[in-house]
Amino acid sequence: MKRLILASAALAVSAGMAAAQDVVRLGTEGAYPPWNFINDAGEVDGFERELGDELCARAELECEWVTNDWDSIIPNLVSGNYDAIIAGMSITDERDEVIDFSQNYTPPDPSAYAAMSEDVDVEGGVIAAQTGTIQAGYIAEQGATLVEYATPDETIQAVKSGEADAVLADKSFLAPIVEDDPELVWAGPDVALGGGVGMGFRESDPELRATFDAVIEEMKCDGSLDALIEKWDVSSTHGEC
Amino acid sequence: MFPFCTDPDTLDTVRWFACYLTTGKHMSFYLSFGTVLLLLAITAPTALAFGFAGAAAARSRFLPLSLFGKGYIAIVRGVPDIAFFLFFVIALDQIFEWTRHQVLCPDWDQPIRQGNDFIVCQAAKLPLNTAPQWMHETYGFFLAVLTFALVFGAFAANVLFGAMRAVPRAQMETAEAYGMTRRQAFWRVLVPQMWIYAIPGLSNLWMVLIKATPLLFLLGVEDIVYWARELGSSKTPRFTDYPHGDWRMWYFLALLVFYLAFTRVSEIALERLTVRLSHGQATAQGEAQRRAGA
Repeated sequence: MKRLILASAALAVSAGMAAAQDVVRLGTEGAYPPWNFINDAGEVDGFERELGDELCARAELECEWVTNDWDSIIPNLVSGNYDAIIAGMSITDERDEVIDFSQNYTPPDPSAYAAMSEDVDVEGGVIAAQTGTIQAGYIAEQGATLVEYATPDETIQAVKSGEADAVLADKSFLAPIVEDDPELVWAGPDVALGGGVGMGFRESDPELRATFDAVIEEMKCDGSLDALIEKWDVSSTHGEC
Repeated sequence: MFPFCTDPDTLDTVRWFACYLTTGKHMSFYLSFGTVLLLLAITAPTALAFGFAGAAAARSRFLPLSLFGKGYIAIVRGVPDIAFFLFFVIALDQIFEWTRHQVLCPDWDQPIRQGNDFIVCQAAKLPLNTAPQWMHETYGFFLAVLTFALVFGAFAANVLFGAMRAVPRAQMETAEAYGMTRRQAFWRVLVPQMWIYAIPGLSNLWMVLIKATPLLFLLGVEDIVYWARELGSSKTPRFTDYPHGDWRMWYFLALLVFYLAFTRVSEIALERLTVRLSHGQATAQGEAQRRAGA
């Protein structure tokens, strides 16, 4: 009984804290279409912009978008410069040690190699990837030569300029580029990496995480999340909830 | 921007570019030039002040102060800039918030450090979570200025420390012979004469500082290089009305012109300053000026 009272008291306190925190700052990279990018008007746009705005509306939170360099996106979250990461970040064990993730809002999705020719040696060649991504970690483990770049765009340019034989990235990111660019083709088999993409929160911020978890669940169940995924073509859809 | 911009696909080249170069994104790019210039205008004098204080401290006869000055110069010069910007700024931010937390929320019972997380009460947040975005940006800018000033201040301190020692000993001896105290000799003889020895080193620092601004994006402040990279990267028609290939070369070319023009202006200004500071100095140039005048 005593424990129950304590628990409800803690809940009341945390509810009070959540109410005090009326503006939630969402951190993103702004360089990874279709997930998140800066549109012609100079604003954050993309799948995650729409998703984030919808989640905030459903959770009745006021949200503000912040762009941050990918390299320092986790340090700036844990030191409190924004409250959540929503930046196409795959859920991995390594990251989970430092921050907490919501449930995934897109299921685990294949990564793919794009190259200038189909018969590139993706296992022993020089492969480009963005620094600090699951793809970079994967290449390093595979024994291919890894070249890292700070932004996703530079990885593509590295392949086109011949610095790297192929680039490994989320298939949803590469797809519009490969479709559009006659020089680039898919190479090698797709690779399944990571545990899907989720929002990142401070480990000490379980209330905010729970809030977003609940609305993600809600969007999964009523099909609106799948509609967004299809609209932006970021992943295969969930189908169930 | 212009009324004819509604459907860019149908436009001829000139109009297309007129529309393209006036998108909201390009406006942010143009504004970032102002950000960079403002940053330099504030940072340079602040760094010089840090440098002067550091050099004066390093040559103090009071041992702890001298050790502090020398330690500042040695440590900050030794740490890579990127490490400084990634960790020091976050630490600085946390020091401010921790101090405010101690003052504003004395009866807070939870630990501030929880694992990796740094938690202070809402009232101690800097800026407050409810503050508008521009406050956050100004605060980030302020942190950037402070960090740049600390880093470049250490280099400037070393330059000034050397310059102070380069002032001919005879000048100081004369000051002593006139019965000036150490403090008077420092301010009236040493300081006015040291600048001419410091100018080459300081002008180097200024040139490096001009080009160091891309470090700003680590703090979330978007500078010209960030925007040039973002705007120049190839764009597929799905995500923009103005698709184009990899145009980074052209954007960086524009930056090159900007930087070259800026350094040229700086060179001219520094040249004039050197002439001015040489006036009446016991240096070759000062002597030449005296002869030409006589």
